[in-house]
Amino acid sequence: MTDDLEARLAGATRTQPLDLERLRSTIARRAADAGLLDVAYATHDSPLGPLTVIVTPRGLLRLSYPGEPVEAQLDDVAARISPRVLAAPERTDDVRRQLDEYFGGVRQAFDLPVDWRLVRGFAGGVLRATARIPFGAVTTYREIATRAGSPNAYRAAGNALGSNPVPIVVPCHRVLHAGGGLGGYTGGLDRKRYLLRLEGVLDP
Amino acid sequence: MHLPPFDTLIDAHAAELHRFLTGFVGPTEAEDCLQETFMSALRAYPRLRHGENLRAWLYTIAQRKATDAARRAARRPTRQLDGIEPAAPAPDDPPDAGLWMLVRRLPAKQRAAVTYRFVLDLAYAEIGARMSTSEEAARQNVSAALRRLRREVSGDR
Repeated sequence: MTDDLEARLAGATRTQPLDLERLRSTIARRAADAGLLDVAYATHDSPLGPLTVIVTPRGLLRLSYPGEPVEAQLDDVAARISPRVLAAPERTDDVRRQLDEYFGGVRQAFDLPVDWRLVRGFAGGVLRATARIPFGAVTTYREIATRAGSPNAYRAAGNALGSNPVPIVVPCHRVLHAGGGLGGYTGGLDRKRYLLRLEGVLDP
Repeated sequence: MHLPPFDTLIDAHAAELHRFLTGFVGPTEAEDCLQETFMSALRAYPRLRHGENLRAWLYTIAQRKATDAARRAARRPTRQLDGIEPAAPAPDDPPDAGLWMLVRRLPAKQRAAVTYRFVLDLAYAEIGARMSTSEEAARQNVSAALRRLRREVSGDR
């Protein structure tokens, strides 16, 4: 008798599966409507592999290549910007559309606000100067350091570019060694070559 | 320990919270309550000082939402059931929906204790912890609820 009632209670709610994906997108939509979506992210396929796109109401915060674990990035953003972090692909639509256009050869300049809060000090000057290098042009580490106000800080400029939180959109791939070498790249040199070919700097 | 990205909370706890709420308020209200729980949590989240015991914190919110929903349901005029043929159970009705209707009429503490015990299969010490009461009080809430349910179930026959 006893066991029967308890067994019935225990079996009673096993059959209502939760649609987790739907719940996640409903929460994200309601959060955005209520102004509570501080950080939205999505993954986006590109010719260079799946990119992680992280945006805030101020603009694009992070764009990253596969190989940087998404969880670690989101953890970092939760600690430094806000823990209100939700997957919300539609919030990143503008970024993803412009990336598609760029990779498809129909866009040369990105028209996207950047949220610079992950960038500090000299690196900010370096990346802002880098953002002004036009499509198809290249410059050197020393030149970009000069434009950022410290001609001799070209190593620091290199470090700043290496930790660029928004590659492609802030085109650090357009910065090369003075001697003609490619230098380094956050996403690896193959990706840097791909982008420079796309822009007609390197031969196909 | 800093606060993890909010959506890891959804991934980690939504399914279990949903089962808890299904037991507490029934399948129809459970999803609403679950949404409201996460919306309230999201609103308050950045003000938490640390990321410990996030699950207990979510359950406190869920229990409040479920109690509110149950109170609203109790205020709604009950439908006149006399003389109406009982409908065939809908295909998505959980098994033993009738028994859970009785659970939902239990006093809030008993209902919460029964839900933790039989839906989430928690030990009494854990139930006590989640309800901010002792293990013994949790055990008493469950046995009082079972006594009452047995009485009502046999009264039905």
